[in-house]
Amino acid sequence: MAKIGVFVCHCGENIASKVDTGILVKSLSDHPGVEICQEYKYFCSDPGQETVKRAIREHNLTGVVVAACSPRMHETTFRKACAEAGLNPYMLELANIREQCSWVHSEKDQATSKAIEITRSLVEKVKRNNELKPISVPVTRRALVIGGGIAGIQAALDIAGAGREVVLVEREPSIGGHMSQLSETFPTLDCSQCILTPRMVEAIQHPKITVMTYSEVEEVDGYIGNFTVKIRTKARYVDMSKCTGCGDCIQKCPVKKISNEFELGLSNRTAIYTPFAQAVPNVPVIDKSRCTYFKNGKCKICEKSCQIDAIDFEQQESVETIEFGAIVVATGFQIQDTSVYGEYGYGKYKDVITGLHFERLASASGPTAGKIQRPSDGKEPETVVFIQCAGSRDPSKGVKYCSKICCMYTAKHAMLYAHKHHGSNSKIFYMDIRAAGKGYDEFTRRAIEEDEADYLRGRVSKVFEENGKLIVRGVDTLLGKPVEVAADMVVLATAMTPQPDAKQFAKRIGIGYDEYGFFNEAHLKLRPVETAKAGIYLCGACQSPKDIPDSVSQASAAAAKVLGLFSREQLEREPVVAAVGEATCAGCWGCVYACPYNAIEQKDIRDRNGNLVKQVASVNPGLCQGCGTCVTFCRSNSIDLAGFTEKQIFAEVMAL
Amino acid sequence: MSEPFEPKIVAFVCTYCTYAGADLAGTSRLKYAPNVRIVRLPCTGRISPMFILKALQKGADSVLVSGCHPGDCHFTAGNYHARRRWTVFRALLSFTGIPEERIRFSWVSAAEGAKFAEMINEITEQTRKLGPFTQYQELQKVIETQSSY
Repeated sequence: MAKIGVFVCHCGENIASKVDTGILVKSLSDHPGVEICQEYKYFCSDPGQETVKRAIREHNLTGVVVAACSPRMHETTFRKACAEAGLNPYMLELANIREQCSWVHSEKDQATSKAIEITRSLVEKVKRNNELKPISVPVTRRALVIGGGIAGIQAALDIAGAGREVVLVEREPSIGGHMSQLSETFPTLDCSQCILTPRMVEAIQHPKITVMTYSEVEEVDGYIGNFTVKIRTKARYVDMSKCTGCGDCIQKCPVKKISNEFELGLSNRTAIYTPFAQAVPNVPVIDKSRCTYFKNGKCKICEKSCQIDAIDFEQQESVETIEFGAIVVATGFQIQDTSVYGEYGYGKYKDVITGLHFERLASASGPTAGKIQRPSDGKEPETVVFIQCAGSRDPSKGVKYCSKICCMYTAKHAMLYAHKHHGSNSKIFYMDIRAAGKGYDEFTRRAIEEDEADYLRGRVSKVFEENGKLIVRGVDTLLGKPVEVAADMVVLATAMTPQPDAKQFAKRIGIGYDEYGFFNEAHLKLRPVETAKAGIYLCGACQSPKDIPDSVSQASAAAAKVLGLFSREQLEREPVVAAVGEATCAGCWGCVYACPYNAIEQKDIRDRNGNLVKQVASVNPGLCQGCGTCVTFCRSNSIDLAGFTEKQIFAEVMAL
Repeated sequence: MSEPFEPKIVAFVCTYCTYAGADLAGTSRLKYAPNVRIVRLPCTGRISPMFILKALQKGADSVLVSGCHPGDCHFTAGNYHARRRWTVFRALLSFTGIPEERIRFSWVSAAEGAKFAEMINEITEQTRKLGPFTQYQELQKVIETQSSY
């Protein structure tokens, strides 16, 4: 037997001036099922709420309708009041007679009759409300960070700093990411490795962080608070527990002419190698495809030269399955292959290089010990031409977006080049100068005013070789003239793109990606570090092109989200979730397809003997966000959404 | 009948966009016709064609379904499902003889209070011109007379 309490709020004059509350109260008092109907000036106030609570207790109300402002305003307030009075907080509905009635209509009788209809329809709805309990989901308080670049390292350090366990997975043999390849960083000209390597060491030494290098995430199952992840670690053929990083094996390895990936081919490495001298962990890896022993069973010089027997040719790859409560994706970026621009000559002329190549040349620990030298003959260039937007902002052959960092690093390159080679000449072809960060514009001004970088506003049409020089043919639009520069080296500011396997990776872990492969955040402005999949967070360049300050900020933001999630042992969620009536479900999986959160699974129904009777859909209450798309999809009316059930909505419509 | 016909419009809206937009119209004190009755749903994806038909059966002269703009659905894809359902349902409507002008589909975001108010006024006027939706009552009468055989 329904006993509904209706409480009509005046909201001062806001409702009372346009809605005749006396008539409203009288009309609702006569409505079947309404036990009591009261009015008051401000129901959201303390005395107002007390009135509601007293009425609930005195009349043993089974449901409450507060005819007042929008539910978006005070639903939570009145839910709390109900709970305090001993009534399930979900037996409450708010009739919006303010924002959607008294404030928008001018005729009092029209507004009053509308208010009556609205309130009546919600009384009918609340009669069919179910007592719902918040859903508790247990949380495994261990975080997985995928990607060991600066963003991943920052996130790991922040989470571990709060006392939570972190596993940091990196697919290269060392953590550090692209930042370890940079020489100096803008706008401070800090040496990149000098600020990065202490973080790398802190990460690997941290008692709460387990760093797994040369490893990849293979499978992710589960949901927020309860992820099960399979991580595969490749065989290094070196025992990490024994290796001291002395480097003897690397010195003695006879296979010396392998193009060094870290140096972008500017120098060579051996078959047993560490990616760079400051690698963390400082344990080498054997490149199986180039190692003489693996190819034809001979050599083993590294094993012989190792004083502590750390080489292990029998080492197998290993797979570990670990439980996590949250996942932070920090897989970073790669640069676009600019050989698609035949006119720039990348790949054709050795002295046309990318910005990242220039970083290696300028780097003190690089292949030329910091001297800017032409890759072709090792001579120092007199004239260097930088071409900005080589691939970015180009819908025809490149990518549509702006890669954000190139204006800054090109200015930086010009400055480093001027510092290293006094009296040199650098020319920069640009479209715009995007220097919006803190200290950024001042930095680019320095390049122009102090370091004599010549900025030419225009595009380059062709780079070709003539008499040993690279002729760069372009235009200076501010002067309105075509321009030809005889350069010794050309540096292309390439586009920053997602990793080559970004889309497959996203599919594997169940997050969305955009047309380029950058991972989708839940909301670009208001939820930039979360994804549509609860429990999986994003940070760094894998979400969109960004520089180091922004990557670090985002990483700390993602860590804060994770720590918020981990702040309790149980996660309490709003019970506005869907549920399947297993008796009528036919297993058509329409709902599984419709759900944008992959919250619906297939469940086996078995008889007492374990035989499979049928398969039905099953909603994971930890993932369901309560949109109801599945309910409308269901062909057999087997699934319903708590809080907006079929019965509730039909009752509401019928009462209008 | 000497009273002018006052159309009854039922609007099924999503909580996060159109309902919020309607709230904004209220906060901005914009005035619109009082003929609309709003039913709040979490997402337009939750709107079943059955609700629309029920509303028409129970006396609505016009039905409005309104949600988040494509790409902006709070639940990622609910409005896409609603749009697809609407495309199919529209064909069914014309097949059954219910004029399509009785049902409107729109996208109103949480910031578009003015658009909501304008839209309600427009629909009210359009429905006033179309006149009351009497097909259900007429069908009811036909059934009743037939069942007496």
